[in-house]
Amino acid sequence: MNKLQNFTKGFIKENPLFVTVLGMCPSLAVTTSLEKALGMGMGVFFVLVLSNFIVSLVMSNPKIAELVRPVRIPVYIVIIATLVTIVEMLMHAFLYDLYKSLGVFIPLIVVNCIILGRAEAFASENKPLDSVLDGMGMALGFTGAIVLISLFREILGAGTITIWGNLVLNLNFIFNFLHIKPIDLFVQPAGAFLSFGLILATLTAIGNSFKPKSIVKGATANE
Amino acid sequence: MNNLIALAFAAFITENIILTQFLGICPFLGVSTKRKNALGMGFAVLFVMLISSSVTYLLYTFVLKTLSIEYMKTIVFILVIASLVQMVETFIKKVSPALYKALGIYLPLITTNCAVLGVALLNITKENNFVETVVYTTFIGLGFIFVMYIFSMLREKIDKAPVPKAFQGIPIALIVASILAVIFSRFGGII
Repeated sequence: MNKLQNFTKGFIKENPLFVTVLGMCPSLAVTTSLEKALGMGMGVFFVLVLSNFIVSLVMSNPKIAELVRPVRIPVYIVIIATLVTIVEMLMHAFLYDLYKSLGVFIPLIVVNCIILGRAEAFASENKPLDSVLDGMGMALGFTGAIVLISLFREILGAGTITIWGNLVLNLNFIFNFLHIKPIDLFVQPAGAFLSFGLILATLTAIGNSFKPKSIVKGATANE
Repeated sequence: MNNLIALAFAAFITENIILTQFLGICPFLGVSTKRKNALGMGFAVLFVMLISSSVTYLLYTFVLKTLSIEYMKTIVFILVIASLVQMVETFIKKVSPALYKALGIYLPLITTNCAVLGVALLNITKENNFVETVVYTTFIGLGFIFVMYIFSMLREKIDKAPVPKAFQGIPIALIVASILAVIFSRFGGII
């Protein structure tokens, strides 16, 4: 597999959220506005790229790798937890509003299955550079996915797009034009499940339509 | 006392950990295909959550606070939870093989369950005292079991229903969960 593929496979083919369905908790909780989704994406990007880098550095030395292998999961968790603490402190210092609105979900990046999953499945068996590229691709794929969900929810639920801080696009004129109000449900918890379910189903349908007919039929016959 | 009852009710229904706080979604979708599994996972989570929240609370107030290294809480908590899960597993295996058989396979999964770490952190951010921590955690855990059980019954029904191809599996489960979440959020009017 070449370098470019390592980078781009996280976007669509192995998208962590829509294809492997990992890391559900943050993707449901922080998608009420675009700003929160971008903030979460940033945090995950930082942690995932660095954790992939450090894990692959540790595991690429055969002597250390042999020592670490039996206790590798606790080791990964400590590496990840340290990086998450750094993110938490940086956000507290420089992006306080975002820190407040993301709340408990910043420390919870530790238990985000995507990060531990990439450390175990990819970084522990590949070179540092490949692992960094893989981490970047996966993090961008994750960010893209939560941005998509948050746009869907915020536009339908509040009629706005909060890009960053006070930079808000107001789309309420569309609702006014149609003589309806934004649908509150979409920014409430129930709307998170609904939006994710609808988007996932749409993507599955699109994915199925691209597959050659024979494969789809074969899959049905096996079920 | 009234305070505690209000706290317990909120933890059980209106602040339900799965449907309003989005913690523990992975087991919620992964292990809820059968009633028996949902109950097993639920009780394993309640058990670990209760022990780990009490331990992390004590550690936070008496160790981290006195040394004023509160910023270490994420690292300390996740290590405490991971080792507790390991200890609980060994302990149950030795003391009650029957219980181990029922809960055993779910225990390792709990380490990466965000509900456990989430509740431990929520108790700190809410500044609950020890009694409140125990009550809050117990009812959060019971709320988790309750929702898992309802949802597993719904999923057993969905399995038999003709679902459009694109919606099969997780999408339809999420849509059912959203209907359940609407019901739970409306209970908020009671208090």
